[in-house]
Amino acid sequence: MTSLELVCPAGTPAALRVAVDAGAHTIYCGYNDETNARNFPGLNFSREELAEGIAYAHKRKAKVLVAINTFPRAGGLPLWHRAVDDAARFGADAVILADLGLLDYAAEQHRGGPLRLHLSVQAAAANAEAINFYAAAFGVKRVVLPRVLTVPEIAAINQGTDVETEVFVFGGLCVMAEGRCSLSSYATGKSPNMNGACSPASHVEYKEANGRLESRLGGFAIHAVDRTAAAPYPTICKGYFQAGDYRGHVFEDPSSLDAAELIPKLAEAGVTALKIEGRQRSRAYVEAVVRSFRKAVDAYAAGRPIDANELVALTEGQKTTSGAYRKTWR
Amino acid sequence: MDNLQLTVGPILFHWPEAEIVDFYARLADEAPVDHVVVGEVVCSKRLPFYEDALPGVIERLQRGGKRVSLTSLALPTLVRERKAANELFATGLDVELSDLSAMGAIADAGFSVGPLINVYNEATLGFLARKGARSVCLPPELPYASVKALAEAGAALGVNVEVWGYGRAPLAISARCYHARVRGLSKDSCQFACGADKDGLDVRTIDGRDFLAVNGVQTLSHAYVNLIGDLAQLAAAKVNSVRLSPHSHDFVGVTKDFRAGVEGGLTPQEALVRARSREPGATFSHGFLLGDYGAQPLSVA
Repeated sequence: MTSLELVCPAGTPAALRVAVDAGAHTIYCGYNDETNARNFPGLNFSREELAEGIAYAHKRKAKVLVAINTFPRAGGLPLWHRAVDDAARFGADAVILADLGLLDYAAEQHRGGPLRLHLSVQAAAANAEAINFYAAAFGVKRVVLPRVLTVPEIAAINQGTDVETEVFVFGGLCVMAEGRCSLSSYATGKSPNMNGACSPASHVEYKEANGRLESRLGGFAIHAVDRTAAAPYPTICKGYFQAGDYRGHVFEDPSSLDAAELIPKLAEAGVTALKIEGRQRSRAYVEAVVRSFRKAVDAYAAGRPIDANELVALTEGQKTTSGAYRKTWR
Repeated sequence: MDNLQLTVGPILFHWPEAEIVDFYARLADEAPVDHVVVGEVVCSKRLPFYEDALPGVIERLQRGGKRVSLTSLALPTLVRERKAANELFATGLDVELSDLSAMGAIADAGFSVGPLINVYNEATLGFLARKGARSVCLPPELPYASVKALAEAGAALGVNVEVWGYGRAPLAISARCYHARVRGLSKDSCQFACGADKDGLDVRTIDGRDFLAVNGVQTLSHAYVNLIGDLAQLAAAKVNSVRLSPHSHDFVGVTKDFRAGVEGGLTPQEALVRARSREPGATFSHGFLLGDYGAQPLSVA
């Protein structure tokens, strides 16, 4: 059996240490600015914290990948260039990039160096042709696949490319092709691609109306629940809307991704690494998810069955789905 | 501002073949536009319904003095979808890429870049120019400051820079078909539910406010982007062309209004009043260009 690499999120230095100690093979994280796609207040790493985090992980044989995966602002390139150069200087194992111009910069500046280039899910490379283009143009070594593919499509990609593939197995679920979605900026002006923020908390309000509790984003009602229930966070693609005669979750139910039971199939499809979403999650959550997935990955490598039910408790009462990995999702 | 050219983007919706043919015949004969992009962006399942008519459409548009490009698909995954880009280049016509998977197929003669490809900065524009891009339509969410910086970079590189000037803005693309989903169908047995909505299916909030529009696997803004009042500013920024995205009402009228706007024959206020009559019931927005939220309504003062 193949051994799969477990790639785990760290939104803070404490989460990084916890994830490494819980058995993460690899950590991904970002700077506390608009260069990364999880640019939330109080989250992410200063330069000093990143350097220390990399040293901590390396001492324990874990790798660190730095996500610099927003699309640089026209006229603002130096901020993104510094982010890449500093990651290299601190000894990061790879940078995770999405923008063509930034990939071009990184490939030129760090040619022949130890810094690997990974293609972010924000680049939405969804087939072997696209991936091979990034490999040929920039020497990209790994691609994080969009969450819109089925397992057979992932297998076909791996047959069509030498680039390693990394897939999401747990956490938040984007239903749109990532990096190609402006829903958030349509409602709030803050965009995942430009600002690293999707449905930002600054534009969220909870409001009582007609005896119901509404969660709103940029003034648009996204959900309404009974006054006594917990109002869901107003992420647009998980919202409750009307479309013709239909009333409901037009895009996706408020569910999160759990593909633990698909680990054997993903491995057979040629996947190199499994990625857990959630840089915005608590330390306790990261620890529990990482520990549990490490157990599953080790079980698979040893030929033992995987206990997929263990993680349900961590999904915060939400429904889980194996998402697009199963074709019926579409 | 008469240096601004007008481009008609590809039809985003699933219209019947006869309406598509008629739409392009009228464009060829009556619309004062320079360039027309034809073909399927959104869903490959629609293409068999009208692809046999495309050679005739292209010939008609060319006879009408329009430059014609063919678009590639936004999210090719099936083998036949992935091969389609090669076939587009084999026609010898200019191909507008809607996804980077076609970069391996690009012709020596160059290519164009559509608004669904992420061109946010001058480094990306420069990279694509070196690969042979001759024209780039910028993503609709870009604010004016970025448009200006990119248009200046484009002028230096010799790349035509275009902005999304009219029509519901493409906001997202997915592997999942929402038209099928809201009708309890799956994508594979969708019954072409998207054909029922000529300009997309309106999506309202629970309190009845207009918000988005569903178009198969694509999600559009409910508001129509309308930059007819911003043409002078775009021309001043050295933008080369403005893209008008087809809708089902008086679209030829829209192209005439934009031509009059470009030639200085319409004040922004007059233009907006006319726009309302061209597409009754539409709300207009230029929030993305202002750097504000995209849905911000444009009001006639």
